[in-house]
Amino acid sequence: MSDAALATAPAEFAPWEDAQATPLIRFQNVTKRFGDFTAIDNLTIDIYEREFFALLGPSGCGKTTMMRMLGGFETQTEGTILIDGQDVAPIPPNKRAVNMMFQSYALFPHLSVAENIAFGLKRDKMPKDQIAARVDEMLNLVQLGKFASRKPHQISGGQRQRVALARSLAKAPKLLLLDEPLGALDKKLRQDTQFELMDIQEQTGTTFVIVTHDQEEAMTVASRIAVMDHGKIIQVDTPAKIYEEPGSVYVADFIGDVNLIEGNVTTSGDDHATISWAEGQQDLIGIAHDAIPAGTRATLAIRPEKVNIATERPADMTNIIHGKVHDIAYLGNMSTYVIQTPTGQLIKAQAANTRRIRRRAITWDQDVWLSFTDTAGVVLTS
Amino acid sequence: MRRLSWFNTVSLTLGFAFLYIPMLILIVYSFNGGKLVTVWAGFSTKWYGELFRNEAFLDAAWVTLKVAVMSSTAATVLGTMAAYVMVRAGRFRGRTLFSGMIYAPLVMPEVITGLSLLLLFIAIGLDRGVLTIVLAHTTFSMCYVSVVVSSRLVTFDQSLEEAALDLGCTGFEAFRLVTLPIIAPAVISGWLLAFTLSLDDLVIASFTSGPSSTTLPIKIFSAVRLGVSPEINALSTIMITLVAVGVIGASLTSKRAIAKRAKDEQEAI
Repeated sequence: MSDAALATAPAEFAPWEDAQATPLIRFQNVTKRFGDFTAIDNLTIDIYEREFFALLGPSGCGKTTMMRMLGGFETQTEGTILIDGQDVAPIPPNKRAVNMMFQSYALFPHLSVAENIAFGLKRDKMPKDQIAARVDEMLNLVQLGKFASRKPHQISGGQRQRVALARSLAKAPKLLLLDEPLGALDKKLRQDTQFELMDIQEQTGTTFVIVTHDQEEAMTVASRIAVMDHGKIIQVDTPAKIYEEPGSVYVADFIGDVNLIEGNVTTSGDDHATISWAEGQQDLIGIAHDAIPAGTRATLAIRPEKVNIATERPADMTNIIHGKVHDIAYLGNMSTYVIQTPTGQLIKAQAANTRRIRRRAITWDQDVWLSFTDTAGVVLTS
Repeated sequence: MRRLSWFNTVSLTLGFAFLYIPMLILIVYSFNGGKLVTVWAGFSTKWYGELFRNEAFLDAAWVTLKVAVMSSTAATVLGTMAAYVMVRAGRFRGRTLFSGMIYAPLVMPEVITGLSLLLLFIAIGLDRGVLTIVLAHTTFSMCYVSVVVSSRLVTFDQSLEEAALDLGCTGFEAFRLVTLPIIAPAVISGWLLAFTLSLDDLVIASFTSGPSSTTLPIKIFSAVRLGVSPEINALSTIMITLVAVGVIGASLTSKRAIAKRAKDEQEAI
């Protein structure tokens, strides 16, 4: 991100919290069926201008169908989709101010890089000199000026991905749809490209909707993430909230690594709850979204990196679990310890390897104490 | 290169001899100086000269060429459209029946195709001539084009067309600007195939031709019944060359296209 972008960016970009803001895209009770199969199930959601919105979910969850409905390649069975306040159902793909970047890139193999980018502009009957200027601008944006006259099969996968991006941005759409845009790239290139995508999104001010099954990718690029499963949106939130305060066990489990500790609620307030979970272990406390009646079956979700591990019983912590080291996974920058409690449950804790490996105190079968703060875990009932 | 064993050499020689000796003899005798077909009387190209002075043969050749160009063009347009619908329209009622019916003429005996067309032309009162042969040839060669083109369309990435629509094309523009240039090699090889088929068809043409529109195969066939002349040998040699060029051309274009496609698609992943 450039300094200028940082300086002009608002303190916090969160139009979804502003009741006055009008959304760019609005799904109202949208259902899509293919024969007997329901791909999208009564879905309602608002997406705002300049958002980088990620649809995240396992394959078959309906995320691609949602995107194709925005692009005009599928029509919903029920409900309405509004873009900029306009019902888009009767508008064919070629008349929508929406462009799409395809998973396969779909570059035209018989046209050069520059001709691919100019393709949409020519359809708009833009004057020749303006087309040339716009193509140059796009080539600069994706840093492919030198490759303008190459054919798609004469450039690398990463370059092809950037041509596809330039082509879909050339017409300056209100909304850009990206279908697994980085799926075909290797990991290193993917990470670099994620940052490039964010830069380009900020520079152009276009609203991006991205479909991905890669949660890390969604976390990196998105302003908000919609976690989907079986045609429904399970939770829509900022990446931080999705990770720190998942609304359900499904979301907690889908995003990142998590310990799920099941138990019965003993006491609960508006913003916290205590669960008793195993014979001989102390009750655990975590944050809760609402007061939960005592006796309810609930799950405490706690991220491994929020769990401390120590060889001595910590004195000033309320959440303490006692157990033996069952396994250690050394990952270089950190280690994951798997601790087995006397009742047989496995709980993971992560610790940064600030010391050299030989100097570390914890080893297999050692008695250890795990601890975490009152607000580190979330008590979930669904 | 690996040397072939004596067994392989013998079977290869025998096989090719069986296939090509008759044609070879015909080609050699087309350069015979004598009037008798089976007696060699020195090398000469005079029968080629005679051939080009023979009005009846030249007329027939002209009719054949006209018919071949018109029917293969019409067959290519119709066959490509049929292939496009079969591959793209998805599952609709009767799809299997329709696609079966498109390919059925491939195995239909030519006599039956010819006879049924003859009956049709008589029933609707269409005078037999160049037009009726063109219609008949279009009918039977269209299914060959459709087979060639649909096998290309099956492997065509449909998101290319969606991308064209997305960038502002109408459905027809997407076909003209994206689909057609990419499948062009298959369309061209379909055209060449249809052209070759029309060029050497005897059976269907003899049912559907009229007195003023004798095609070359018909002309040759009737001439041979009165006795083989060296002129016919010369003519046949020219036809063999034409057909060979057509078939080799068609197979080369499609082979090149397949190799290029494989390369492009491998690199595109």
